[in-house]
Amino acid sequence: MITTTAIESTAELTDQERLQAARLESVWREPRGWGWFKAVHHTTIGKRYAVTAFVFFGLAGLLAGGMRLQLAFPEAHILSNDLYNQFFTMHGSTMMFLFAVPMMFEALSVYLVPLMVGTRNIAFPRLNAYSYYLYLFGGLMFYVAFLCNTGADRGWFSYVPLAGPDYGPGKRPDFWAQLITFTEVSGLAVAVEIVVTVFKLRAPGMSLNRIPIFVWGQVVTAFMVIFSLPGVVLSSTMLLLDRTCNTQFFNPAVGGDVLLFQHLFWWFGHPEVYIIFIPGTAVISTIVTTFSRRHVFGYLVLVLSLVATGFMAFGLWVHHMFATGIPQIAESYFTAASMMIAIPTGAQIFCWIATLATGKVVLKTPMWWAIGFFFVFIMGGMTGIFVASVPVDLQVHDTYFVVAHFHYVLIGGAVFPLFGAIAYWFPKVTGRMMSEKLGQATFWLFFIGFNITFFPMHLVGLRGMPRRVYTYPANMGWTTLNQIESLGYVLLFIAVCLLLVNVSRSLRHGAPAGSNPWKAGTLEWATMSPPPHYNFLHLPTVNGREALWDAAPNQPVVVGLDEDVRSFLMTRSLDAEPDTRDEFPRPTIWPFLAAVATSIAFIASIFTPWGITLGAIPVAITMIGWFWPDRQPAEHRRTREIWQSE
Amino acid sequence: MIIAAVPGFPGNQTSLNPVGPGAGRIEGEFALIFWITAIVYCLVLIALIVYVARRRHSMSDIPEPMPTTPQSDRWAKVAVSGAMVVTVLLLFTMMIGSFVTGHALGNMNRQTAYTIDVYAHQWWWEVQYPNDEPYKTVVTANEIHVPLGVQLRIHGTSRDVIHSFWAPNVQGKRDLMPGYDTDVMMQIDQPGRWRGQCAEYCGEQHAHMSFYMVAEPNHQFQQWLEQQAQSSIAPSTPQTVHGQQVFLSHACVMCHTIRGTPAGSRVGPDLTHLASRATIAAGLLPNTIGNLGGWILNAQALKPGCSMPPNQMTGSDLQDLLAYLGTLK
Repeated sequence: MITTTAIESTAELTDQERLQAARLESVWREPRGWGWFKAVHHTTIGKRYAVTAFVFFGLAGLLAGGMRLQLAFPEAHILSNDLYNQFFTMHGSTMMFLFAVPMMFEALSVYLVPLMVGTRNIAFPRLNAYSYYLYLFGGLMFYVAFLCNTGADRGWFSYVPLAGPDYGPGKRPDFWAQLITFTEVSGLAVAVEIVVTVFKLRAPGMSLNRIPIFVWGQVVTAFMVIFSLPGVVLSSTMLLLDRTCNTQFFNPAVGGDVLLFQHLFWWFGHPEVYIIFIPGTAVISTIVTTFSRRHVFGYLVLVLSLVATGFMAFGLWVHHMFATGIPQIAESYFTAASMMIAIPTGAQIFCWIATLATGKVVLKTPMWWAIGFFFVFIMGGMTGIFVASVPVDLQVHDTYFVVAHFHYVLIGGAVFPLFGAIAYWFPKVTGRMMSEKLGQATFWLFFIGFNITFFPMHLVGLRGMPRRVYTYPANMGWTTLNQIESLGYVLLFIAVCLLLVNVSRSLRHGAPAGSNPWKAGTLEWATMSPPPHYNFLHLPTVNGREALWDAAPNQPVVVGLDEDVRSFLMTRSLDAEPDTRDEFPRPTIWPFLAAVATSIAFIASIFTPWGITLGAIPVAITMIGWFWPDRQPAEHRRTREIWQSE
Repeated sequence: MIIAAVPGFPGNQTSLNPVGPGAGRIEGEFALIFWITAIVYCLVLIALIVYVARRRHSMSDIPEPMPTTPQSDRWAKVAVSGAMVVTVLLLFTMMIGSFVTGHALGNMNRQTAYTIDVYAHQWWWEVQYPNDEPYKTVVTANEIHVPLGVQLRIHGTSRDVIHSFWAPNVQGKRDLMPGYDTDVMMQIDQPGRWRGQCAEYCGEQHAHMSFYMVAEPNHQFQQWLEQQAQSSIAPSTPQTVHGQQVFLSHACVMCHTIRGTPAGSRVGPDLTHLASRATIAAGLLPNTIGNLGGWILNAQALKPGCSMPPNQMTGSDLQDLLAYLGTLK
């Protein structure tokens, strides 16, 4: 049965295909009702990640509103110092650990990567479900603690000794440390899934040099997660041990070292920035390609830039610590390394501009966000050169100049691409188009609001205003600029509300999207919108970098997979030639139960070290349930193979 | 170096108004990077706008993808390669500038420098002027008097959490960390009161941890130093005698020193010459009788979380105490 990968929509199906679709649906469908907790399909989990991360984005955004209100007036008492310190810590921690990474890496890659490489589910789907619940429970714990006036208040970095047992009384830093554990376990799990999905589950023909750039971006990110996250898990665990078990890792009085924490933290913390914006640049590559109506210019350069950024990210962590006073030779090395990171980033930007300059530019909402990205992200990159130079950094470090810099980098590098991605993939995820008019209005409001909020921060920082201050004197020349920033926040707030209005209206009244409304080239557009639980009726094969644009007139599809079990095709890592068949596990409640047990252990360990020891028992029990051999699919296969051999 | 070619700001806590060679050199490097990046930014975005406008597809439909060949991309290849070469050259320029500046800052002469010790506390600055004869060592707080045009070595560390010593008009910041000693070299060439502030988040009152560097001609500085080395003046009127009694019989003595009296604790700022300082509470309030009275009665209302406890005393006791403290010039 050889058909082409012509665009599928139920209307065009033959009777035979309808029958096949019904069979696949019955095998792959997600359980309903209480079965909600059993779901394992990557589109289901990906959507949950996205919605949860967006809720946390909203919460952190509201906290930012509180801070802007407090800073709108000098020596104001709208927020107490204690509340303000909790607000900025919660804002930073939430944005980094509960929004940016879960959204840009976990949500986008879990939903899109399996579709883009043309397979039926993500590798290790039960682990995927487990990682989502851990992330959710970690976030809930963090906010419940905040509502009980135990919100973290030592900054998103929680430097020792300020967060240590002597100067951080109560349980606030402990909740922060365990939030790290929750989100990092979940991030590491997804990273492993993505690496395996991309290297083993690609559609036949999708050799390494045909992998979509978006997928390259996510795979580089996944490797960075695997290498960097252990650093912060280690530092936050040592902090927790200092706090609960009286270890003295960071106590200088008995030979501990306060700088050790910073080295471990920034070993993670710097790659973290790239973990957040590499998926963003990968989104930009995708949008620029689709809306320039041509293959991206410099595919190889773009991929190598992503990989180079991934490697170099691990050589710059000390540039967050220039003010600690480091030897001149180390200063020179880290300055050079920090400036060199501009080379791969610059290469990407020039390639995108070359793509636009030689294509036909279609100005739909996603493309507007991409253009906004250029304005904002490049500005962030330019101010990055200031902070890479040690002498200049000594003046701007820990001032509002840096606050402006990293909001330009992170909002430019993650939120602009994200909002572009929402506009771009919403039709795929929901089957309905978003409103163009509202979309562009949102863009302009957000773009203008963003610059009004954050541009003056450069100036106020150069005028000497440090970060993380809950108030400031009236006579410093900072007041007007702060008030302008606070006004800009109002525009940002309205823009995000407008986005939500657009989403909720389009969910119900949006025009039907069809399978490929943007006439894009990657594989997620080869299936229905929204994709069925089996992803593709006919598993595709690939003939070029843009699978749909480069498809041969009679492009073959994959045949020979069992349709009565969740079978899938594994391909070889380099050339994606078919290798073996295997089966995905079915939906089950165990990952959810395991996540509950793990959460209990983690949360209990905040209060007593026995939390881990005793908490390990229920974790072990649920894991046994999870991995209990499930013989049914194997039986199926054996019966079938016997039949076929006869 | 292109000095002062960036928009200035006439403040007393800003890197844009340098008053010493340290901040001055940094401003030069800042200006170099500012101009290069500003021009590059404008050029890149103009290119973007021009191309988007020129290549814009004006119909509402989405056209079919265009075929591309190595030939059609040839000029783009040349342009991108050219842009990369320029990028690398500019980055090297800024990097070399940074090395030169860093080298100059690192090589300020340590040997002949005048040393001042700074100890950071949550949330105030203890300042010591060491002397070979220990009894002449001057201890003060939050106000660092320095001689004009003299090479200074600020030797610092922290007594609790990590703080950062930063007076941007004078020099870049340096973290003061428990367990580490550090030296920052600086020099001030303009008389005045240059404000500094803690630049590393250090807890509840990080926002209220400022200090002043008071730069004055050398003879004036020496005079000040000599005066600060004296013990406090014994109270002479009945009111101030009683005020001293109040000081010594309340919680004040648990934390503060007034040289020349039995009060000798080092937890809080040394008050021997309190009245000679222009501000109290690490730059939070001007040193007036009213502010000082409010501070003594309920510091927690002014600087919540600080170590100074509320003190209950009668109005007349407070009056006398303030009168006594007012004599501590």
